Amino acid sequence: MDISVKLPGLNLKNPIIPASGCFGFGKEYAELYDLSVLGGIAIKSATPQERFGNPTPRIAETPMGMLNAIGLQNKGVDSIIENELPFLAQYDTEIMANVAGACEEDYVEVIKKLNDQPVIKAYELNISCPNVKHGGIGLGTKPELAAHVTKICKEAATKPVYVKLSPNVTDIVEIAKAVEEAGADGIVLINTLMGMRINLKTGKPLLANVTGGLSGPAIKPVALRMVYQVAQAVNIPIIGVGGITCAEDVLEFLNAGASAVEVGAQNFVDPYVCPKIIEDLPKVLEKYGYKNIEEAVGRSFK
Amino acid sequence: MQEFAKILSNVKIAKDIWKMELKTDLAKTAKPGQFIEITVPGFYLRRPISISEIREDVLVIIYKVLGEGTLKMTELEGKLDIFGPLGNGFPIEDKEEVLLIGGGVGVPPLYETAKQYLSKNARVTAVLGANDADSVFYVDEFKALGCDVYVATMDGTLGTKGTALDAIKENNVTCNFVLSCGPLPMLKAINEQYSEGYISLEARMACGLGACMGCVVKDVEGHSLRVCKDGPVFEMGKVAL
Repeated sequence: MDISVKLPGLNLKNPIIPASGCFGFGKEYAELYDLSVLGGIAIKSATPQERFGNPTPRIAETPMGMLNAIGLQNKGVDSIIENELPFLAQYDTEIMANVAGACEEDYVEVIKKLNDQPVIKAYELNISCPNVKHGGIGLGTKPELAAHVTKICKEAATKPVYVKLSPNVTDIVEIAKAVEEAGADGIVLINTLMGMRINLKTGKPLLANVTGGLSGPAIKPVALRMVYQVAQAVNIPIIGVGGITCAEDVLEFLNAGASAVEVGAQNFVDPYVCPKIIEDLPKVLEKYGYKNIEEAVGRSFK
Repeated sequence: MQEFAKILSNVKIAKDIWKMELKTDLAKTAKPGQFIEITVPGFYLRRPISISEIREDVLVIIYKVLGEGTLKMTELEGKLDIFGPLGNGFPIEDKEEVLLIGGGVGVPPLYETAKQYLSKNARVTAVLGANDADSVFYVDEFKALGCDVYVATMDGTLGTKGTALDAIKENNVTCNFVLSCGPLPMLKAINEQYSEGYISLEARMACGLGACMGCVVKDVEGHSLRVCKDGPVFEMGKVAL
C-alpha cells in the first residue's frame, strides 16, 4: 500500500517523522539504520546563538512516560548549518527545521539564515517549549501572541511554516484558529505537558529546572483529544504527536484527524521504533479495512 | 545492538548489590567501561548499567538496588531486552602499572578493565571503597585475577577507615596512572589528586546514545559533553566536576 503523504513543503514517503529533540540531528540514529526510510525528520530546535540548556538532572521517569527539561540546548543556527545540515543532505528524507527563541526576533533571525538551505523543506515553530523562561511558554499560550509570531515568521520564511502548539492551554482550538488565520501552513500537536516530580529522600523537585515536559504514552489521550478538536476547526493539515509507540497508535492519530505523525520519546526506549512503525503501518491499515491512507484521516468525526 | 538476552543468573552479592549474567551476542563487541541499556518490565525508560565482565557470549552486570526499577530487576528471569554496548569505555593502553579506584557500584566496570590490563602484563592495583563491610564486593574476584587489592570503608568495618584515597595513602600506593569509577565526591578528589588516567561518570539518561542531551556535563573550557556518547569515560582533568 502506498502510504506517502503530501503536505505543504513535505513530500513524505510515509507519515512517520521523528519528533524534534528526540532525534538530535540524526547522526546517532544513522548508526542504527538508514535515515532514508523515514518520511521526514524534525531536527532539534535551532536558536540564533548557542544555548547550553538547563542544569542536570534534566530527565525523570514517570509512569508510562518521562519528564525532560533540556532547555533547548543547541550549538546555534550557524553551527547547525555548517556542521549538521550537510550530513542530513545525503539522505532521501524531508527535513523540517524546528525554530525556537527567547523573543520573536530570534525566530525571524533563524528562519532568514535557514531560508537558503535547500535541505530544509519546512519550518516548525516551537512556540510551546515549556522550559524557556522568557518567550516559549508566553507565545504559545496566548492566541494573539501565537498569531503574531506566526505572521512575522511567515513574512520572513521562503518555505512553509508549521506551528507546534503547546497543550498547556485552556482552549487549544482558539490558538489553532489564530495561527491558521495568521497564515500557518500546518499545525503540529502536541508538545509536552508541563509536569514535575519530587525526590522523596530530599523532599525537593527531581529536576534541577523544577518543572519539565511530560512525554511518552502517558500523554497520548491528551494529544488525540486535541488533534480531534483542532482537526474539526481548521482547514490546514495537522501533524499529530504524543506518546506514539506503534503503528496502531499512528492509525489512532490519523483517525483523530492528523495527516502525518511525529514519534518522540519512544525513540529513546526503542531506537528502531520508526522503521518498525513504517514497516507495520500498511499491514495495520489493511487490517482495519483501509484501501489508502487518506481514508483513515479524520474518520473519527467524518 | 538490540537483543533479547538470556538471564543465566541474577543473585545478590552484597548489601543491595546484585549480579546478573546475560547470554548475548552483544558481548562480542563490548569493551571494558561500556554500558548497556536494559528494559525493566513495567518501567518506561531503559536503565543504563555498566558492563562488569565480558566473556565470549556472556555479559555480566552488577547493579545496586536504588529505587523501584532496580528492585524489580532483582525479580527478573528468562529474557531481558538489552541495547548496546554503548559509550566509549576505558582505553587499554601500554602501561607497566595501573591503579584502579572504585567506589560502591562504580567498582564493576573496573573488573573487566583489570582483566584486560592484566592480559597485557600490566601490574594492576585495585582500591575498592564502600560505606561498610556489608557493601564491599569483588575483593576475592580482583585478587583471583592477580590484582593487589586494598579496601576502604567509611565506617572502618573492613580495611582502611575512610575513603579509597585514604587507603591509597595508608598503603603507600604510588602508581599515578588511574582508572576510576564511583560517586562524584570521590571522582572530584581523584580528579584533583591525579593528572594521568581516566574517570567514568554516572548520569541520568534517556536515550543512552547521544541524541537527547539529557546527561550533559561541561568540560573545563565550558563545552558540553554527553556522558552517554562522549563518555562515560573521560580523560582525567577534562570534565568540570
